[in-house]
Amino acid sequence: MAERMLLMLSVNGTEITREVPVRLTLADFLRHELALTGTHLGCEHGVCGACTVLVDGRTARSCLMLAVQADGAAVQTVEGMAVDGKLTPLQQAFVEHHGLQCGFCTPGVLATLTELLETIPDPSEADVREWLSGNICRCTGYQGIVDAALAAAKAIREGAAGE
Amino acid sequence: MKPPAFSYHRPHTVAETLELLATLEDAKLLAGGQSLMPMMNFRYVMPANVIDINRIADLAGIEERGDALAIGAMTRQRDLELSPVVQRCCPLLHEALLNVGHVQTRNRGTIGGSLAHLDPAAELPAVLHAHDATLHLRGRRGDRAVAMAEWSQGFMTPNLAPDELLAAITIPLWPTGHGYGFAEFTRRHGDFAMAGTAALLALDAQGKVERVALAVTGVDTGPVRLSDAEAMLLGKAPEDALIAAAAETAAISVPGLDDVHGSKEYRRKLAAVMTKRALLAARARARSEEAAHG
Repeated sequence: MAERMLLMLSVNGTEITREVPVRLTLADFLRHELALTGTHLGCEHGVCGACTVLVDGRTARSCLMLAVQADGAAVQTVEGMAVDGKLTPLQQAFVEHHGLQCGFCTPGVLATLTELLETIPDPSEADVREWLSGNICRCTGYQGIVDAALAAAKAIREGAAGE
Repeated sequence: MKPPAFSYHRPHTVAETLELLATLEDAKLLAGGQSLMPMMNFRYVMPANVIDINRIADLAGIEERGDALAIGAMTRQRDLELSPVVQRCCPLLHEALLNVGHVQTRNRGTIGGSLAHLDPAAELPAVLHAHDATLHLRGRRGDRAVAMAEWSQGFMTPNLAPDELLAAITIPLWPTGHGYGFAEFTRRHGDFAMAGTAALLALDAQGKVERVALAVTGVDTGPVRLSDAEAMLLGKAPEDALIAAAAETAAISVPGLDDVHGSKEYRRKLAAVMTKRALLAARARARSEEAAHG
């Protein structure tokens, strides 16, 4: 089979067709081919969590997937979260609770917490910490991230109840 | 570009996969990619051919078949973790899965991938060893069933020929109400175990040990059954002193691994402590079930 392959997928709601080298990782495809540099690369062996994105609604390390494996999938990155500049409740909570400092780990953390809040709408602090164990942050000490996650969960629940 | 160049193959059937395995030189199967991809990114592994088996529908699934659980090799670890069937009839597997990496890696990682990669500190091989699981291999030269006891042939070397595919795993189930426990020691939650123990325990009407299975990980080239400790416990009342004495044999009967994370002696000591913790958890669960039904 050829070293290049046609790839069709949806990224942040946009349908994309691109011919890519088969050895290109999904992370490098997002960054280098689509210029979506919000997805960061730290360790490139699946440990740090910086490159975490949502693939069909589930988090995945984009450094551990080949781009061609995402053929037919719906990928969401940090660029696909805010709509017309309006932050999601989760992103807003990060602003309000000092959920980031340097910001390097933030896109991966947001992907993880997006899946968490969809899976467990009312998470305990232990749940949040358990899920965050897959994302390494070296500057916040995590407390701000945990606070932001719990505040976002509450805001989303109250928002849903108010509708 | 991180991985070196390779040819990519995406079969849609097992037959197609077996044909590729039989004809391609230097081929690697790509399952969940949580071990192979890091190794390729760092160029520890440079296969000429990568066979992506993620699109083969009939390799994934969880099915209760009488007194056994049949699991497709490409079943995601996260799907196993969330499965009500697994939680009900194979709770040891559920508990161990919570220690396998993180949600983000379990979403992709597969049970078959973990078994075929056979990291000496992985949790799932120990659980399946305690459960006397059978691994079902497919190959163009014929199919084979391999007992978990025969699976590890040495450091990261499963009993799997280059032209064979691990297709499914069957786990004989323990009686309803059995006790179970999984304990491991890691520097950070989600890391590979420095030592870990999977325990299964069934008590008779007198509260004596009717059946017990203990397997440790992280202390040898593959998972190890603690048959000496099992023999000590069998037929006896599992009191604290006996559990402590049985757990101590773990430190003697496992070889221990020396590496950057810890010495052999330290890991053997940890193995004994983890064995005791797993046994105590299993006993508490077995007794509470007994009280509930007896």
